[in-house]
Amino acid sequence: MTTTIEERTELSHLRWLEAEAIHIIREVVGEFDRPGLLFSGGKDSVVMLHLATKAFWPGRVPFPVLHVDTGHNFPEVLDFRDETVTRLGLDLRVSAVEDYLADGRLKERADGTRNQLQTQPLLDGIERNKFDAVFGGGRRDEDKARAKERVYSLRDAFGQWNPRNQRPELWDLYNGRHRPGEHVRVFPLSNWTELDIWRYIEAESIAIPSLYFAHEREVFERDGMLVAVGPYSQPTESETVRTELVRYRTVGDMSCTGAVASDADTIEKVVAEVAVSRITERGATRADDRFSEAAMEDRKKQGYF
Amino acid sequence: MTSLLRLATAGSVDDGKSTLVGRLLFDSKSILADQFDAVERVSRDRGLATTDLALVTDGLRSEREQGITIDVAYRYFATEKRTFILADCPGHVQYTRNTVTGSSTADVLVVLVDIRNGIQEQTRRHLAVASLLRVPHVFVTVNKIDLLDFDETAYNSVAREIHAVADTLGLEDVTTIPVSALRGDNVVEQSSATPWYDGPSLLELLETLPLDRAESRLPLHFPVQLVIRPQSSAAPEFHDYRAYAGRISAGSARVGDEVVVLPSGHTSTIIGIDLAGEELTEAHIAQSVSIRLADNIDISRGDVIVAAESEPALRDSATATLAWLADTPLATGSRVLVKHGTKSVLAIVTEVIGKLDLDTGDLVPANTLTLNDIGEVTLRFAEPLPLENYATSRANGAFLLIDGQEGTTLAAGMAHAVAATV
Repeated sequence: MTTTIEERTELSHLRWLEAEAIHIIREVVGEFDRPGLLFSGGKDSVVMLHLATKAFWPGRVPFPVLHVDTGHNFPEVLDFRDETVTRLGLDLRVSAVEDYLADGRLKERADGTRNQLQTQPLLDGIERNKFDAVFGGGRRDEDKARAKERVYSLRDAFGQWNPRNQRPELWDLYNGRHRPGEHVRVFPLSNWTELDIWRYIEAESIAIPSLYFAHEREVFERDGMLVAVGPYSQPTESETVRTELVRYRTVGDMSCTGAVASDADTIEKVVAEVAVSRITERGATRADDRFSEAAMEDRKKQGYF
Repeated sequence: MTSLLRLATAGSVDDGKSTLVGRLLFDSKSILADQFDAVERVSRDRGLATTDLALVTDGLRSEREQGITIDVAYRYFATEKRTFILADCPGHVQYTRNTVTGSSTADVLVVLVDIRNGIQEQTRRHLAVASLLRVPHVFVTVNKIDLLDFDETAYNSVAREIHAVADTLGLEDVTTIPVSALRGDNVVEQSSATPWYDGPSLLELLETLPLDRAESRLPLHFPVQLVIRPQSSAAPEFHDYRAYAGRISAGSARVGDEVVVLPSGHTSTIIGIDLAGEELTEAHIAQSVSIRLADNIDISRGDVIVAAESEPALRDSATATLAWLADTPLATGSRVLVKHGTKSVLAIVTEVIGKLDLDTGDLVPANTLTLNDIGEVTLRFAEPLPLENYATSRANGAFLLIDGQEGTTLAAGMAHAVAATV
């Protein structure tokens, strides 16, 4: 059988996703005045930033990055963030939950976790920096609320997502028009799955924080998850500490992000592990998303990522 | 390396669409254990005897509270042969808006029919949308065949009806499949309950469907998104670098190709194609690249670089089909924004010609379009656009109509062939 032009010119699905994301990122820079990119050092934001560097090569990434800092950071992720900022010559802005706790604008929650406290610093960070478009690393495969969100997600002055009032998104024509005070959250990785992210990290040899690979760590079991012993997460008397070979599938507030038992210490092994995993990354590692069927939907409506 | 196929599903809850989508995801092992546990738990909570796979695609709480599905949801699954992006388009409420949205990016539209009811008004409309949006392939799954004891005659009668409607709509590639989404017959595996059906299962069809990207054979069309001119922000060797960033929307680009820049009409030659530091000799449809030209000409966002031998006409007006998606109606004389490729221009709707009766396929005279109407209009643009015939190029014949004040997306537009040229 001879190869048709379609077969010769067809992109692999990973290269198609890459081309789509680069197109989205360039559209935003072409049409908005002040874009910003949410950067936590987590794998999705690292991939998004990598795509942005490709989109504008050989120039620099032409917008600042914003880190909404819970104060509950894994030290290796914070180090990674700073190294990346220096290496790429990025303009880093930080909105810190600690500042809000210090002056009483926010109060520590009873369970001590801070993912839910990020919304206010995020919205203030967007306003202070006058961002009219904010890139986020959200993927539609993560959650049923995300499954319905647009690539361009219009937010009102309170940052709220209104699922009943979304613009239809047709072809690859994005409508970024918004009124003063409104902004648009943009999700260039909308169509990527967790496995796509890992395969792309492998294909492009993208540097990611070391805790995504198997390492020995002191952990204890809580709510069926392995939680690291650290400054923000101490075991109670009934919880036994043991040293285990673990890695992280997601990175967030250290006090409520769980590790998974794993011996995957290279990117190839991680890809192989994710490919056969029978549990979603949020189910495995995010205590805050497991307690309510609509946890993400509720947080998004309040202006969350 | 697997290829990507985009599909959209259309049909109402009553046709068993959620069950079919749930079945595709479940049987292709794309539903993970914790997601399935949640579905089992909710099934139990609702007092169901068996696990309801339709709950896999259960939506937002605000939808559950009202018992409706309001929006297109995107699902992802993969087999060893292919990766799939599925746009799940709910029926009932705003079916046109949802089906048009899902169909606009689909390679295949999967339409559901309940074998007991045969072709319904909604089925006709889904097929009409597939035809208008020029979705290359349509699969019609004739569902709930188990309820008629896998009766071949009943299936053949519905299948004949479907092909008859498809013919009147000018749909060229329509395939029918007898399925039971509930039991899984012919969804992922071929069923032994339908020995008279020797065709492949739905998933096999999706996996083996040849990708017919006719637009890859068209001449180059490259809407410029940005000019990449890093100057001092890059390493010294790139201080004079200048390239045009965009995504190829038709054809291919090769180093050495002669090109024309629209609307200026300047000509030049491609001297380099860059993908973030990787130098390519050629790039194809759907690739995001940066193109360097031999001559230093004035090019900015909104311009289009096209193959020299094929210079498309610049049009300052056009006749087009519109799928009206807004609550506010369209009337003759409306001033709107048109977004085509990377360019947005002011436009006036000079005439509403009529609207389509989706049941008969006839264009009936009308002077307004309201939500979910599909109609024909003429438009005049403030600046000429290299707008192609949608029938030839989906990417370059499509445009959005936007409300310049509110910013809302008013309509999906598809340009017709005949129009005045500049």
